[in-house]
Amino acid sequence: MLDVTLQHRFPGFTLDAAFTAPASGVTALFGPSGCGKSTILAAVAGLLRPEAGRVVLNGQALFDSASGRMLPPERRRCGVVFQDSRLFPHLSVETNLRYGLRRAPSVPKGGPVEGPGMEEVIALLGIGHLLGRRPAALSGGEKQRVALGRALLSRPDLLLMDEPLAALDAARKSEVLPFLSRLRERLSIPVLYVTHALDEVDRLADTLVLMEAGRILAHGPVEALAARTDLPLLAARRDIGAVLACTVQAHDTERGLSQLHFAGGTLIVPLDPSPPGTRVRVRVRARDVSVATTRPQDISVQNVLPALVERVEHGQPHEAMLHLRVGEVLLLSRITRDAVARLGLRPGAAVWALVKSVAFTPTGGPST
Amino acid sequence: MDWFSPEEWQAIQLSLSVALRSVLFGLPPAVLAAWLLARCRFPGNTLLDAFVHLPLVMPPVVVGWLLLVTFGIRGPVGAWLHDWFGIRLVFTTGGAALATAVMSFPLIVRAVRLSLDAVDPGLEEAARTLGAGPLDRFVTITLPLIAPGILSGAITAFAAGLGEFGAVITFASNIPGQTQTLPLAIYSATQTPGGEATAAKLAAVSFTMAIAGLLLAELVGRRMQVLLGRAPR
Repeated sequence: MLDVTLQHRFPGFTLDAAFTAPASGVTALFGPSGCGKSTILAAVAGLLRPEAGRVVLNGQALFDSASGRMLPPERRRCGVVFQDSRLFPHLSVETNLRYGLRRAPSVPKGGPVEGPGMEEVIALLGIGHLLGRRPAALSGGEKQRVALGRALLSRPDLLLMDEPLAALDAARKSEVLPFLSRLRERLSIPVLYVTHALDEVDRLADTLVLMEAGRILAHGPVEALAARTDLPLLAARRDIGAVLACTVQAHDTERGLSQLHFAGGTLIVPLDPSPPGTRVRVRVRARDVSVATTRPQDISVQNVLPALVERVEHGQPHEAMLHLRVGEVLLLSRITRDAVARLGLRPGAAVWALVKSVAFTPTGGPST
Repeated sequence: MDWFSPEEWQAIQLSLSVALRSVLFGLPPAVLAAWLLARCRFPGNTLLDAFVHLPLVMPPVVVGWLLLVTFGIRGPVGAWLHDWFGIRLVFTTGGAALATAVMSFPLIVRAVRLSLDAVDPGLEEAARTLGAGPLDRFVTITLPLIAPGILSGAITAFAAGLGEFGAVITFASNIPGQTQTLPLAIYSATQTPGGEATAAKLAAVSFTMAIAGLLLAELVGRRMQVLLGRAPR
């Protein structure tokens, strides 16, 4: 478990943040550029000394301003993946990978739990064919995969990722993302992931720490925070919507569809590459959810879910945000105020929530 | 070869030996000074910077005289060296090497510092997070990355050291076979009636070696950039 409390003053900007990251799983620090999320990461890694606060990892204080304790980065056992990969240009990919491995303690303190070894990391990240190359001969995506492998092989107690995909174009990003989500399944250490991209949060994060201007706005499981329309940082975005934890149930390759099970029923989405049983997460954007008061017939929409209107919110001038209860989960639906009036939607009303299958962007787990 | 008289050969060999020794003496402290100047912020940083560059702007004779005052038999450091280790620097080959090393010191510092500035401190940070301590980082990351700077600085210093005149003649004097390097031999030849041929020959040698040194420094620097994966092959 990682426990962080930090205060640090910059000219014109004060960082004052406290949060806890669970012992395993990915915690995303999410917020606009310059909100202090990278500063937090640097402070946890020991590359920056905050004015006050504490950083405690698995019961061991890495930094404590009260007692003046400041463990140097080389003794913190935090693997860091930087945005600009920072591979050593004079060493081959293989020597880069071995750099951390050679300096990792041979017997991990935590007991017999071994991190992934050289062969496994190479296979997991698909970098076997790059070993003999110099970093200058790698693409951006390849560099980030090697940097990730290098950090993992130092057998860290905590993995820190500072916008690892931000410097990549969309194509490179979608090349690296599957490796990251595959890794997420394999890792048993906490991961702190800094990003300003919501799709990375959806796909990778378990816990979300929402930041703005040096402060933490909200903190909790991704699914719980995604449906919070009171958080302006999320609500102002066009892609706000509920995030559902699903399990892949079955594939229908002929019709090109997959069935995902969630706590409120079944979703039919475009064919997902993950095998049945895989846990995936999908974002149901509020603007993609329509409602009907009677069950529509003869309609192309694949997902027709019985729902109960829980709340009608009038945020935008001509729009309303519906909170719809579907089984155990909450869906959001963004419709016009006119539609609310025409259908007479009130809290307690029983409706059908309609979501087109093609509205789901494939966010599945492993996809290679 | 009988192009050169034994005395001329002696001057050429002595020059090479003095220049080589000056580089070997000067390299470690020069790398340290460059590292301090590029990476550490401490009170007196600017002062050290100015001090390191003094030999570049001061008359060489003044440098030689300061060395004489400091390292002479009665000088504070010279007396100590003489009393404890029996080392005498004035009027010796070692003294000539010391004077040359002091004069070429800023050349190495500048070259090393330029290449240090080009090394992304982020790489050293990355090495830190991978568990590398200060010395480990310096040896495995920083040193290889500044190797081109060190090497081209050393070659330039060597080439310049072949021709050091003022500081050497002031501190080590002009003793054939001991401290009479190429430029001193040329100077002596011009002072001797009928020495024009010797002066011309030695000047040609001096010119050739200087050019070769500069070309070599350039070539090695470029080759190293490729080896370090910074430039395309």
